[in-house]
Amino acid sequence: MAASSAGIGTLLCKNINKQIEIFYPTNRRYTWCVIRRICTSISRFRCQGQIKRKSAPKELVGVVGLEVHAQIQSITKLFSGSQVRFQAPPNSLVSFFDASLPGTLPVLNRRCVEAAVMTGLALDCVINRKSLFDRKHYFYADLPAGYQITQQRRPIAVDGTLTYSHLGGTRRNTLITKSVRIKQIQLEQDSGKSLHDDRRGQTLIDLNRAGVGLMELVMEPDMSCGEEAAAAVRELQLILQALGTCQGHMDEGQLRVDANVSVHRPGDPWGVRTEVKNINSGRNLARAIDYEIQRQVGVLKNGGTVQNETRSFDRKSGFMPEPNLPPLIVYDRPSTAPPCVHPSQVVVLEEVRAGLPELPRARRTRLVESYDILPEHSFTLVNEDGLTDYFEAVVKETKAGPRKVIGWVNQVLLGLLHHHSLSVSQSPVTPQMLAQLLNLQENGQISSSVAKQVFQELWRAPGKTAQQIIQEQDLGIVSNTTEIHRICQKVVDSHPDQVQAIRGGNKKVLNKLMGLVQKETKGRADPVLVRSILEEKTS
Amino acid sequence: MSVVNYARTLQKVILNIGPRCYHRWVTTASVALRIRDSKQNFRCRLWCGLLTPVHYQYSTEGNTSKAKQVPADLVDKLERLALVDFPNQEGLVCLKKAIRFADQLHVVDTEGVDPMDSVLENRALYLREDVVAEGDCADRLLQLSKDTVEEYFVAPPGNIPLPGREEC
Repeated sequence: MAASSAGIGTLLCKNINKQIEIFYPTNRRYTWCVIRRICTSISRFRCQGQIKRKSAPKELVGVVGLEVHAQIQSITKLFSGSQVRFQAPPNSLVSFFDASLPGTLPVLNRRCVEAAVMTGLALDCVINRKSLFDRKHYFYADLPAGYQITQQRRPIAVDGTLTYSHLGGTRRNTLITKSVRIKQIQLEQDSGKSLHDDRRGQTLIDLNRAGVGLMELVMEPDMSCGEEAAAAVRELQLILQALGTCQGHMDEGQLRVDANVSVHRPGDPWGVRTEVKNINSGRNLARAIDYEIQRQVGVLKNGGTVQNETRSFDRKSGFMPEPNLPPLIVYDRPSTAPPCVHPSQVVVLEEVRAGLPELPRARRTRLVESYDILPEHSFTLVNEDGLTDYFEAVVKETKAGPRKVIGWVNQVLLGLLHHHSLSVSQSPVTPQMLAQLLNLQENGQISSSVAKQVFQELWRAPGKTAQQIIQEQDLGIVSNTTEIHRICQKVVDSHPDQVQAIRGGNKKVLNKLMGLVQKETKGRADPVLVRSILEEKTS
Repeated sequence: MSVVNYARTLQKVILNIGPRCYHRWVTTASVALRIRDSKQNFRCRLWCGLLTPVHYQYSTEGNTSKAKQVPADLVDKLERLALVDFPNQEGLVCLKKAIRFADQLHVVDTEGVDPMDSVLENRALYLREDVVAEGDCADRLLQLSKDTVEEYFVAPPGNIPLPGREEC
């Protein structure tokens, strides 16, 4: 698979005979803004278009279907006992079967079967008690056998649902929940890696990845824009990580997403599909899909037709049953398994179901119920790796209510983390430090605006505690009422027009006076007290 | 003439006549030999049974009339799928014969019978434990390849290009 060079993402629309590469620059400064503007306006339009424009002539909407290949997190490969590891010397993790030497046979890995069944149960699929293996024949240098063992006819799981949410609405703070149908989940082998050396006209083959177990999840085309696709993939990533069946790192190739994109007018038959491949992050996925939808809309509006440049892998030929593997049987209960068979040879649904961990959906509901926060808040908490643990640690150590903590964690902390491109585990402010800060605020020793200042200081110089910073910069709350009275009087005296306006009925001008007082006191005055004094003086 | 001598003469006849014709002779011979019921006959029947080749009962001409001509684009598709070369007319004749041979399957009535994938379908699929047991033999595998570059196998880029029909 071609590696994407740093800073530039590639969109590959593959033809059987030639490759057409479309580069869309992801340079931050200029084109990132351009693309974002177009994407958000069109994607928002598209996602809400069906609601708003009922009476206007039908607009072209996008139709997106995803095919996800998730690398199963197991110690050995699907059909052979060689190790699965991300980076290793070339061809060092290859057994004779992986190199498809004659006389070798596939032996199925039990862990991969359990992983596929767990994923199927987590996505509410129907598990096929009897599933079959097939060979898909095609010729490529990184497929040494000339065929890939997969489960085309009867996969292990069918007919599931993936429920995902994303923050939408005008201010992106409303939780919109959608679902996409899962057509099937099947077990299949991965191919090796090929490095193309165009200069010498040769391809270098590394078979370390050949034979690794993959779960292919085929989704129905129920999505309409890049944002929905990215949210669905994120939810799938969280589910797979919670189950432990796949680590879901798109940049390491553990989760590969191919999107089939077409456009049509609602009610009309579907348009010609193109495939978008080789995407290494959720954000690039959304961008690439929106770009492709735009491109197709542009082509159609100019009177052209969209060319179908996909590989023809949904062809019916090239499949044959795998003769070396009998059907895979999964049993309902331990009692239905054949009696004289060793327990390590049977996979029992009941046991797998009992062993399922807490899924993200359940975790969000639990957070909302136990901490009395909004669904939008818990969505953000679960969406960011490690944020839930951070939040729970702060709540445990502080006497501030969870709702206050949520504001700090979701907005202040997360904002800074995103700004500096850090993950939660890399945050310079630990949960304990934040808890101390909030306690100081709760005790009345500092005001809320001072607390924010102190937080910024803690971020910059994490060696100091909040107490130290407050003492050094004398940020303690000014509780001396005479002092506050004096300052308020000064402000009132120096702004007679504003006082006149307030007496006339315009209460909003009071905020301006408050701002001036706060500036005088460097934000240390208690805002509630200042407000009451000002109101008293201007009445 | 005794039955054994008859069988021996038959064997000579079979070996002398070319493979295209002998099947009909042998079928009639095996029918003739079944009439007598003695120990000697049994041995001869067995012998003649062993002499009959596997591909001896072509289906009647009526069934194969639809498969007589193999269109050129079908040949191209087969070449691409199977990476087999049909270089000349002889190859095409061989292909036609192979198709006629496979057409024998249509003679059998499979109404109401579920297809089997293999004769081992009812056996239990063995599940292996997730423990590393192989690998780490890069040097032995690379020795098998004609061309290697620093522990990578070397292959020509992309798919193997097929020559066009005119070039054969």
